[in-house]
Amino acid sequence: MQKQAFWNDPRYRAWFFQVLAILLVGGFFATIAVNTIDNLRALNVASGFGFLQHTAGFGISQTLIEYSEASTYGRAFLVALLNTLLVAGIGIVFATVLGFLVGIARLSSNWLVAKLATVYIEIFRNIPLLLQILFWYTAVLSNLPAPRDSMQFGGMLLNKRGLYAPAPTGEPGFEYVMLAFAVALLGIIILRRLSERKRMNTGIGLPVLFPGLGLVFGVPLLVFWLAGSPLHFEVPELRGFNFVGGLRASPELLALVFALSIYTASFIAEIVRSGIQAVNWGQSEAALALGLRRPEVLRLVVVPQALRVIIPPLTSQFLNLTKNSSLAAALAYPELASVFAGTVLNQTGQAIEVLAITMAVYLSLSLLTSMAMNFYNSRIALVER
Amino acid sequence: MSFVRKSYLPETAAPLLSVGVLGWLKANMFSSVGNSLLSLLGGYILWITVPPLIQWALLDAVWQGSGREACLVENAGACWAFVAAKFGQFMYGRYTFEERWRVDLVFLVGALTVGLLMIGRMPGRRYLAVFGLLIYPVLAFFMLTGGAFGLVAVETSLWGGLLLTFVVASVGIVVSLPLGILLALGRRSQMPVMRMLSVIYIEAWRGVPLITVLFMASVMLPLFLPAGTNFDKLLRVLIGVALFSSAYMAEVVRGGLQAIPRGQYEAASALGLGYWKTNLLIIMPQALRLVIPGIVNTFIGLFKDTTLVMIVGLFDFLGSVQVNFSDANWATPQTAASGYAFAALVFWIICFGMSRYSMRLESRLNEGTRRA
Amino acid sequence: MSDHQMAIEMTGVSKWFGAFQVLKQIDLSVKRGERIVICGPSGSGKSTLIRCINRLEEHQQGRIIVNGIELNNDLKRIDEVRAEVGMVFQSFNLFPHLTILENCTLAPVWVRKLPKAQAHEQAMNYLERVQIADQAHKFPGQLSGGQQQRVAIARALCMSPQIMLFDEPTSSLDPEMIKEVLDVMIGLARDGMTMLCVTHEMGFARTVADRVIFMDAGQIVEENAPEAFFNTPQHPRTREFLSQILSH
Repeated sequence: MQKQAFWNDPRYRAWFFQVLAILLVGGFFATIAVNTIDNLRALNVASGFGFLQHTAGFGISQTLIEYSEASTYGRAFLVALLNTLLVAGIGIVFATVLGFLVGIARLSSNWLVAKLATVYIEIFRNIPLLLQILFWYTAVLSNLPAPRDSMQFGGMLLNKRGLYAPAPTGEPGFEYVMLAFAVALLGIIILRRLSERKRMNTGIGLPVLFPGLGLVFGVPLLVFWLAGSPLHFEVPELRGFNFVGGLRASPELLALVFALSIYTASFIAEIVRSGIQAVNWGQSEAALALGLRRPEVLRLVVVPQALRVIIPPLTSQFLNLTKNSSLAAALAYPELASVFAGTVLNQTGQAIEVLAITMAVYLSLSLLTSMAMNFYNSRIALVER
Repeated sequence: MSFVRKSYLPETAAPLLSVGVLGWLKANMFSSVGNSLLSLLGGYILWITVPPLIQWALLDAVWQGSGREACLVENAGACWAFVAAKFGQFMYGRYTFEERWRVDLVFLVGALTVGLLMIGRMPGRRYLAVFGLLIYPVLAFFMLTGGAFGLVAVETSLWGGLLLTFVVASVGIVVSLPLGILLALGRRSQMPVMRMLSVIYIEAWRGVPLITVLFMASVMLPLFLPAGTNFDKLLRVLIGVALFSSAYMAEVVRGGLQAIPRGQYEAASALGLGYWKTNLLIIMPQALRLVIPGIVNTFIGLFKDTTLVMIVGLFDFLGSVQVNFSDANWATPQTAASGYAFAALVFWIICFGMSRYSMRLESRLNEGTRRA
Repeated sequence: MSDHQMAIEMTGVSKWFGAFQVLKQIDLSVKRGERIVICGPSGSGKSTLIRCINRLEEHQQGRIIVNGIELNNDLKRIDEVRAEVGMVFQSFNLFPHLTILENCTLAPVWVRKLPKAQAHEQAMNYLERVQIADQAHKFPGQLSGGQQQRVAIARALCMSPQIMLFDEPTSSLDPEMIKEVLDVMIGLARDGMTMLCVTHEMGFARTVADRVIFMDAGQIVEENAPEAFFNTPQHPRTREFLSQILSH
């Protein structure tokens, strides 16, 4: 047998190509690094992460934690990050609720409701998110009344400067109320366990819904009253042209949350619809034929199977929503992209470090979610031959 | 207990309430109390949204005028006069007026190519595809930038409007397709280094928002190159968009590759075809055909995402519309709403049209695979 | 209480899908303990007929009385009927996210409110009866078609129904698995279960049926005892159908 030329041996070829790839990629990054260092030096831009300790010198309009112009850039980063999580969190909740409602409506046997749901989905899916955000902000929120003519409902105020609500501040003694609430939640869990055990033994469980509600509301309220009502609401007051005090959601935050929720909900609705449709109609028929009632059919047979199909793309949408919150840069809502990758970058000129931190944050969120998703998937996968 | 029918029964008409308009209404909208309430709720929603919309957009709208006075009349609806006046900018940006015919020509040729490619049994599809992917971009580039062949040069900073949107989206897709194919192959490669590099690339770009990529492209790219290289702003954005999009394209192509049965690879190696020949001649044609709907969907997403370039200072369609809101000549309460409504309509028509096409494609492609 | 000798009484039952009439004036009475086989060409309405019995389909004209309960829009009555009528489907429809045992205990626990331990025991009994008790902790996806259908029969039996409906139970099975399912059904019939079977398995009909019904174009064309039905079919359409079925 002729000895094979070694450059035709697949193993050597594999090694060769891989080494070549590493060299090329490495060389590419090395060239870039050299150029960058030279350019930065020529521009007199600092390097390293020390800038995080420097004073920021600019204000931020919406903060969840203490912040002032004398705070550091590092603090500004924290504020921005919390704002991103705030928008993402609220957005995800609204988008999921709305998305599930519209998705189920899309499958309704009522023609009108199903068509309305379809129209909703087709409209909001096909218009760019940025356009929706700008539309909400410019066309809707700027038409709100001035502070002194605010719209009032349910103890909250809505005007050009945002949505105001009384801020609850606990006084001494409030800790006991929180404790009572936690105990009540624990009580519900115990109650459900007891009910399950009783059902296993006798076929009928304990009533859980009403006693549960009674616990959750009754016990903390009782403690609240006993402790002398240790809760004080800081009501926003009109001083001059603006309101001071209380909780405030800026118009930027409102526009961002509305647009993100409505846009993402249209995608979630499609995911929910296809998830439910993925469950064979025969499954419902078999369950009905066994005598199960409609709510039981949904809860025991359809939803568990539908969720398997729904959850992976659903988490994908949650991630998209989080990444899309960066569009706040168009509105000057102070989250990660606009404050950190915007103002801080402009002021310090340290583009590399700032962008690296920003992208690292988003990347970590993505990877964490992917890992959680993979773990969930492997746990609930349907067992097959 | 035995029974034999003498003659077959004729069909009789269904009960009145189960056919026709009444029957349909009963079954679909009023079949139960709950359903009827829902139908009333739906009707109410329609009642409070559709008539005011028609009122604003059509009946009270101002269609003609040359300035803000036209739209400041009592009870004015949409200010379409504003849209009409600025239409040129919305479409072309600030592209030199006399040279706009070049943009029209490029668009026509592009639309024709795509249109012809969409016809099912078109002869010479391969030539059309080669023209579309290789020759047309070069021609379009020279036509649009000029400066050669006797054409007046038009700086990219003057490009804007729908022209810019299409340029960014199209370049993004055309460049990300070959890149995406390579990455998808790399991710499925047996060589660990290739696999790792591909995975890192794909997951990195997919994990960050497009805004940060655009920031990176516009701010950091000039730093990466030797000092003094002048870097066209549009080019920076195009590079960022192409790299970003290639990661998503890679995942789409990977989905197609995963659907190809092992038997195809085995048959190819039994015939003596090497790695590249197998992929080029056997695997890719099948995989790509499978994921054409996915590619179209990626294009739709990219098309919507082009609006973000507004944030880094390029004036795409949305950016052109918005920047004209501050024209003092047209300052009215209706200007912004009208502009956004127009932009929304244009985007919606294009994106909805493409998604309908993608769905038709998908069902047509599935026809071939479903057994009769 | 009305006549309980009759398990099922259908009088003048007609059903339309839109403008198409799928059942025409069906009159059918099934006595307790009777075994009925329904056959006919596809599209004749035989599946629709038995699905009307447990209200998986709604009839527009006529009356259907099951176990003395009339079927109409009253949800409670529908649930009562469904608890007494078991159904086995052509595509098994086992719940893939539950084990075999859980498939069988689901309805007894939630509908008959049986304590879990009792439901457990009952399920194992029926699983043994269909000879599949050793697979009780597996999932449907791990079983063959014939095994899944036997589980489906056990699942229906766990509700202790008075009537069993079979909708082409062997039509989705590979030939070598048809016998195991038919054997279970024959065993059920021998134990006195009231059964309505839509099937093409004529051997089964000969062995077990009290009556064979032939349907075509939404109506009952001929019905007779199996011997008479197969040896001396009266109606020309019946003869035509039988020659097609029995020729291979």
